[in-house]
Amino acid sequence: MKPFIAAITAAALALPVTASAQSIENAIDARQGQFQIMQLNIAILGGMARGRVDYDATLAQQAADNLVSISMLHPAPFWPAGSDNATVDGTRALPAIWENLGDVVGIWGQFGEAAVALQAVAGDGQAALGPALGPVGATCSACHDNYRASR
Amino acid sequence: MARFLRLIAVAGVLAAAFTWWMTGAPDPAHGQLAVYDPDIEAGQSVFLAAGCASCHKSPGSQDDTVLAGGAALQSDFGTFYAPNISSDPTHGIGGWSRDDFAHAVRAGVSPSGRHYYPAFPYASYSRMTDQDVVDLWAFMQTLPADQTASRDHDLPFPVTIRRGIGVWKALYLNTDWAIEVPASLERGQYLVEALGHCAECHTPRGPLGALDVNRWMAGAPNPSGTGSIPALTPDHLDWLAEDVAYYLETGFTPDFDSAGGSMAAVVRAWSQLPVEDRDAVGAYIAALPPSNGP
Repeated sequence: MKPFIAAITAAALALPVTASAQSIENAIDARQGQFQIMQLNIAILGGMARGRVDYDATLAQQAADNLVSISMLHPAPFWPAGSDNATVDGTRALPAIWENLGDVVGIWGQFGEAAVALQAVAGDGQAALGPALGPVGATCSACHDNYRASR
Repeated sequence: MARFLRLIAVAGVLAAAFTWWMTGAPDPAHGQLAVYDPDIEAGQSVFLAAGCASCHKSPGSQDDTVLAGGAALQSDFGTFYAPNISSDPTHGIGGWSRDDFAHAVRAGVSPSGRHYYPAFPYASYSRMTDQDVVDLWAFMQTLPADQTASRDHDLPFPVTIRRGIGVWKALYLNTDWAIEVPASLERGQYLVEALGHCAECHTPRGPLGALDVNRWMAGAPNPSGTGSIPALTPDHLDWLAEDVAYYLETGFTPDFDSAGGSMAAVVRAWSQLPVEDRDAVGAYIAALPPSNGP
């Protein structure tokens, strides 16, 4: 596409978007924080699953509970149109997300289901963690496969 | 003088004929695979380790058994489109013989004698054992047929001259191992250097697109143009063997980020392989020599 046409198209697409640059940045910050919370709690469970840290039933249960809580957040406020990595800096979110919202939201739902299954066994001992973490990780990768830019 | 010119002409014709012959596809070796008993289940493991579905499934599809092709592979030489390798006899490879298949996978030659571009990683698969080729073929024949037509590659001249690939093969296609390893790492070496073809992305390439074995697994620019593919050498990656194995099983890095991009499909396949194979890959990766580079 020629730059001129691209600019016209971009301008046309930008019209319905009311989000300001500041609110886009805030949304990106918030969702990156959300992923860090997920990573923190998965790391606690994964460390126990791998035998790197001693199993602690209370902490494992809390970490799994947190993952379920996070999974209940509605995605839309975190993912305004125009917050992709082709439009703004500071994100690895690919435009493909907004072209396949149904798929993305579906994977987020699968993460929630995997987190609930993990929550159900997290207090039952170290051996249960690994098998229950697998499906959680699969949903992470399912999204990162097509929707997160490589570094 | 006329005689001298005639000699020159004859020499020129001979040189051209030699070049033509040298850059052509070698004849397939018929019959040598008949001594192996095909094992479909083992073939599935070869299929997963070799990552066939990563490129040959339909882009965006989650079904790793329908090898309809169509995924784009961008490179410095143009854009390649993975062909249909489903069992469809017309659009896929269902009409091939086992020798055709072995020759395609290990020598990069089509049943009609054309060279394949090395975007198809036969320069790694060249090391595949006879037994694994036989098993892989047996397994792939059990996969469903798909009637999607293969898409032509989008390549500029002179990359379109397939005879040039013959020269490339004479220079770079071999069955040598990239590094020397003790016997305890040989399984990992086979999985990484042959089936897994990890180096095809993780090792930088020279001007003609061949892997630079002196900078083995030293990382490389991402051929898609954005970002880079990480180095796996110990001076750049401080993962333990068990970290690599756990990553291949779950997709989780040691700090519990998760695999993305092309590695998501690799993990999806490798998570289904025996733990011993993931451990073997981890041991090999952890034993890589330093890249001695930035």
